[in-house]
Amino acid sequence: MKTLRRTMLYVPGNRAAMVKDAHIYRPDTLMFDLEDGVPYPEKDSARMLVYYALRTIEYGDVETAVRINGLDTPYGRDDIEAIVRAKPDLIRIPKTDSADSVREVEQIIEEVERKIGLAVGTIKLFAAIETPLGVMNAPEIARASARLVGIALGAEDLVTNLGTTRSEDGIELLYARSRILFAARAAGIHAIDTVYSDVCNDEGFIAETRLIKQLGFDGKSVVQPHQIDMAHKIFTPTVEEVRNAERTLTALHAAEERGSGVIALDGKMIDKPMVTRARRILELALASGVEANKELL
Amino acid sequence: MKIERTGMAGSLESSDVLVTIDPNVGRGVEVVLKSIAESRFGKQIRLLIEETLSELEVVEARVQVEDRSALDCTIKARLVTAIHRAAKMSHPDWEHLS
Repeated sequence: MKTLRRTMLYVPGNRAAMVKDAHIYRPDTLMFDLEDGVPYPEKDSARMLVYYALRTIEYGDVETAVRINGLDTPYGRDDIEAIVRAKPDLIRIPKTDSADSVREVEQIIEEVERKIGLAVGTIKLFAAIETPLGVMNAPEIARASARLVGIALGAEDLVTNLGTTRSEDGIELLYARSRILFAARAAGIHAIDTVYSDVCNDEGFIAETRLIKQLGFDGKSVVQPHQIDMAHKIFTPTVEEVRNAERTLTALHAAEERGSGVIALDGKMIDKPMVTRARRILELALASGVEANKELL
Repeated sequence: MKIERTGMAGSLESSDVLVTIDPNVGRGVEVVLKSIAESRFGKQIRLLIEETLSELEVVEARVQVEDRSALDCTIKARLVTAIHRAAKMSHPDWEHLS
């Protein structure tokens, strides 16, 4: 089944209650944060809490990720040493500027995997792109490692580096979003949008989530549990979309049975991109728990 | 591991625990536990504390634990962090942590 990453919920790694309970809000991915969300004096305690939590708590079918500190900090290496042993699904690399920075993290992960007898490649990677250099290098970053399953935009640092601020319509992020999305699609991996940090503004969150879905993103990083349902509703296909997709695929199968290369529905030709889109809608519907005919895939 | 100074970790927030470790030279291990769940889980928490101290080879320490209904894994994480801080050990030996 298609892996859903409609929402990646940040969970500060030093907050015991959230580390224990955040999965009950059902994000697609729980992202335990050891980086910017944790004050410096608590880096060691957050790392230890997340280490033991991941080794003990059953998070069910919610994907687990840990955002580590960069290798240019005193914390990055210890984070990897600890977290690989705790076996989350993903490690998220912050402020990724180049393909080399992905490979450096990968190399240490591999060392630890070998040390503990874990199959090399078990821990997958996500890279956050948060600087102009990272945006420019997005195509190389997206292809830097077979472990990399997605890249994400981190906008707060980026707009600061660009010399601007975040606006309501997000015009300042249009180039970065587009470049990151194209890089991800060209590499066949996921693209995840940045957080919407005005947490009391649900209308703004919904508008921004609709925008990034329309651009083609797979999901959004979120900071508040109440943003999860809003995002999932936007990313989940409607019943009408699912029925149309089913009709398209039914027409495809009927044409195949007839041995015909020409597919028509309601008197209109159906081309390959329409079939691809119909399959994507059905996959997304099934993964989201929406009733759909999986025999048509 | 030798306890060289006071080490603290955790908080008094719900689902957390505040652990304070002090040197206890010549007096072995002493555990002071305050928990709202003491009547039900006190024995289990004490056992977890003793096992963790033993695992990290801490033989002399005064350990104060103020529990706010933390999970066992949270108690262990906070205790291990407090021990590392008290022992001035900035890089844990991950290969020997359970």
